[in-house]
Parts: sequence; structure tokens; C-alpha cells
Amino acid sequence: MKRIVITGQGTINALGRNVPETLRAMREGKCGISDLEFQDVDRLSIRIGAQVKGYEAEETFNRQQIALYDRFTQFTLIAAREAITQSGLAFSGELSARSGVVLGTSGGGMNTLDENYRSVYEEGKNRVHPFVVPKLMNNAAASHVSMEWNLKGPSFTVATACASSNHAMGQAMQMIRAGMADVMITGGSEAMLCFGGIKAWEGLRVMSKDACRPFSANRNGMVQGEGSAVFVFEEYEHARARGAEILAEVVGFAMTSDAADIVMPSKQGASRAITGAMRDACMNPEEVTYINAHGTGTAANDKTECAAVADAFGHHADDLMISSTKSMHGHLIGGTGAVELLACIMALREGVIAPTIGYEESDPECALDVVPNVARDVKVDAVLSNAFAFGGLNAVLALRTF
Amino acid sequence: MSDTIQDRVIAIIAEQAVLEPGDVNLDQTLEDLGIDSLGLVESIFAIEEAFDISVPFNANDPKDSEFDISSVASIIRAVEGLVADQAA
Repeated sequence: MKRIVITGQGTINALGRNVPETLRAMREGKCGISDLEFQDVDRLSIRIGAQVKGYEAEETFNRQQIALYDRFTQFTLIAAREAITQSGLAFSGELSARSGVVLGTSGGGMNTLDENYRSVYEEGKNRVHPFVVPKLMNNAAASHVSMEWNLKGPSFTVATACASSNHAMGQAMQMIRAGMADVMITGGSEAMLCFGGIKAWEGLRVMSKDACRPFSANRNGMVQGEGSAVFVFEEYEHARARGAEILAEVVGFAMTSDAADIVMPSKQGASRAITGAMRDACMNPEEVTYINAHGTGTAANDKTECAAVADAFGHHADDLMISSTKSMHGHLIGGTGAVELLACIMALREGVIAPTIGYEESDPECALDVVPNVARDVKVDAVLSNAFAFGGLNAVLALRTF
Repeated sequence: MSDTIQDRVIAIIAEQAVLEPGDVNLDQTLEDLGIDSLGLVESIFAIEEAFDISVPFNANDPKDSEFDISSVASIIRAVEGLVADQAA
């Protein structure tokens, strides 16, 4: 079976415009959540989010590109450029045919939908821009990445709500492992911070009005974020032959379905995904020293996730660290697993565990070491990254140092 | 509309529980009536629409919300309060 290594990473999110800025913010426990700024925000009851503030598309893209690229595609292309530049790869000939793109997103071009619904329903216009469909479709980002970098292998988009990115990265890994591709560009993106995007979430009454405090007894809901993270997954021998710098190895992946409830999480479903990822990685539970939690800050997720970790790890659950970086970059829905993988790679490469900020009060139902408020220096060799989606679809990745 | 607030709230809860309004008792909890978390959120939405009010309720912390959902009677009282506040 082929081995998979990561040879590039890129991002843009509320914590930073690139990987170094983002990791610095994570080390410092910086919060990217603030007042939302967009049209009609005064008609919302939820007015906070982890928004990429001060972002001007015109600084990066020309007029024709902006006409075709929704915000989620723009974020993806910015992150992909950083990742592919770091990898040093150029795609042509046989490598181009054996390289693809699998990305996660939940909402796709939500801003495009929002703007055009407003235009036809509220403003009563009877004509929309001709590119609305190619701009809003969920696979637009993956397709533009394939076009920009000449990637002609297997390419598609995965939409499994909050687990989209983890499912996408799991697919990318399995394709390389099975010999279907040598290089996969993978990760995810979300740009749902617009009136319609938040209004829909308000309805479920699971959002916090003031802060994201995962695992804290006084947590009162999730806070949305936006942005993207993209990685270069590469077959190990291919990376070695060209002397590429290897950031980490992707060693395991598992996915499960709760088959139970459309919104409530299940301990068993989550636990089976965690155990499955370790089994796939041939990793003993005792080796895992850090888990990047799904940790949404909702009452239901955090206690279920802690119970699942206790179930999967037994006594070792008390010895490992589990933090939710959503407290800093918000919940990027379909893009969240990708941004969270940055924290996993930082743990493996730099021995820095990103904290769960906003932590104020211990909760007996979340009695694990959640690395409260302050980053920690610990040498780490094996990590997991959890994602548990609405609909009961769970996806867990396992990584090791290389 | 001649129905009292109580009648209208009970009608909304009964519909959610798939019961006749006459089978809903004031001292019952939503759990007694078989209404789960999604059913609760849907009932609150129906109440907001019916009375044109905004109900302060966060599913993360139902017990701490200002809106008391501990029984059918408490929900009716809370709705009456919100309707009165709005009229004031």
C-alpha cells in the first residue's frame, strides 16, 4: 500500500491570510471572532462570526475572475496557491494526468445565491448575471483549482456539512493509497457569512450571540467562520524522489454514519470513526497524544464528543490533549476540517498544541484535558482530527510525524 | 380571533405531538408529549409566527433560557408574557 505525505499547506481564514499568520494566532490563542459586517446584518439576531475582515477580492483577482469566482472559490484559490507554491510542484504531462483535486464545501457559492435571490425577489429584477450558475455551484472551487494548475486526474467536491473537508481529505488519501493518483490537492472552503447563510442557522437556535466556548460549562452555541485551507497530498516515493520537504504523514482515515438523527450527534458513531481511523493507521490508542476536536461549542456536540473519546480511548483519554480551535477561527462548516488540520500539523512539526480559548468553567461532562486558553509545548508524534456532521456523518483523520 | 392564547398554544403543541388539543394537559412536559429537540424548535417557530413575537430561546441551554419550557402551562405563561410585553 502506498504512503501519503503532505508537502504543502495554504490557508486564508479569520486568523490570518496565510499559514504563518494563522499558526502564530493559534499559538497566541488569538480570537478571530468579531462583529459581522455585511448587508442586512441588523436584521439578524446572531451578529458575530469569524469573518475574513478587510478582504478585497480586487487585490488578488481581476475583473473577469471576480465575475466567475464566488468568495468560497476565491478563498480556495488563495489557499491552493500557497500550498502548491510550498510543494514546489509544477503539473504537466504524466504528472498532470495523475494529479487531481478533491475539496469539501457545504454551501458552495452562498454569497452568489444570496446576492442574486435578493436581486430577483427583493429588488424585483428579472435578469441575473449570466455566470450565476458556474459561480455558485459546489464544484466551482475544485474546477478552478484544476484549471489554474493543470490537474487532469480525479477531481470532485464532497458535501457532508461539517465533515466535508475531512471526507474530502480522506478521499484524496485513499486515491493515492490505491494508486489512482500521485498528487491530490485537497482541503476545503466555506463562505457562508451572508444574510441568508446566518439567517438559516439562526432558525436552529444553536448559535451563540456572544462567544464560542467549546467544552466550557457555560458554552452556549457555535459561531460560524469562513475561509479555506488546502493541502498537497503526495505519494511518498514521489515526494522522496524529488527531495520534497515533508510536513507530516497521513496514516489513517475512517468514516461512519450514525443512522440515527438528522441533527443530534451519537457517541457510538463518533467513537467508531475514531477507533476506525486508528485501526486504519495501525496506531495504538496510547500513541495518540493530541486530538483536534470537532468541538463546536454546542451543548450536544461537546459532551457527546468527550464521551466518544472516553469510549474509544478508555483510561488513555485522561492522558491525551484535545482542543477545539473553532474557539479562534469559528466553525467553517464544510471548510472546518481543513483549517483544523493546520493545527494538527503544527502539533506534529513544532510541538505546539493550539488551545481551546474562551474556556471559563469546567464541565463534568467534558472532563478531558482541553488545553484551556493557553497553547502548550509538547512533543507529539501521532494526532487525530475529528469531524462530525449534521446528518450523523463522521470522518476522522490520523496523522504522524515524518 | 376569539381563541385564547392558551388555546392557540395548545393547538400548536398538539399538532407537533400529533394529538387532539383535548389530549394535551397543562401539567405535561414536552417530553411527556413525545416532542424532541427538533419538535421543540419547530413549536417555538410556530408560536413566533402565530403571535408575531420573538421567543428568547437557545437550544444549547433550554433551562437557562428566559423562556420557560418546563411544562405546557409554563410555555403558555411565557407566551402570555411576551404578548403582553409587545402590546405594552
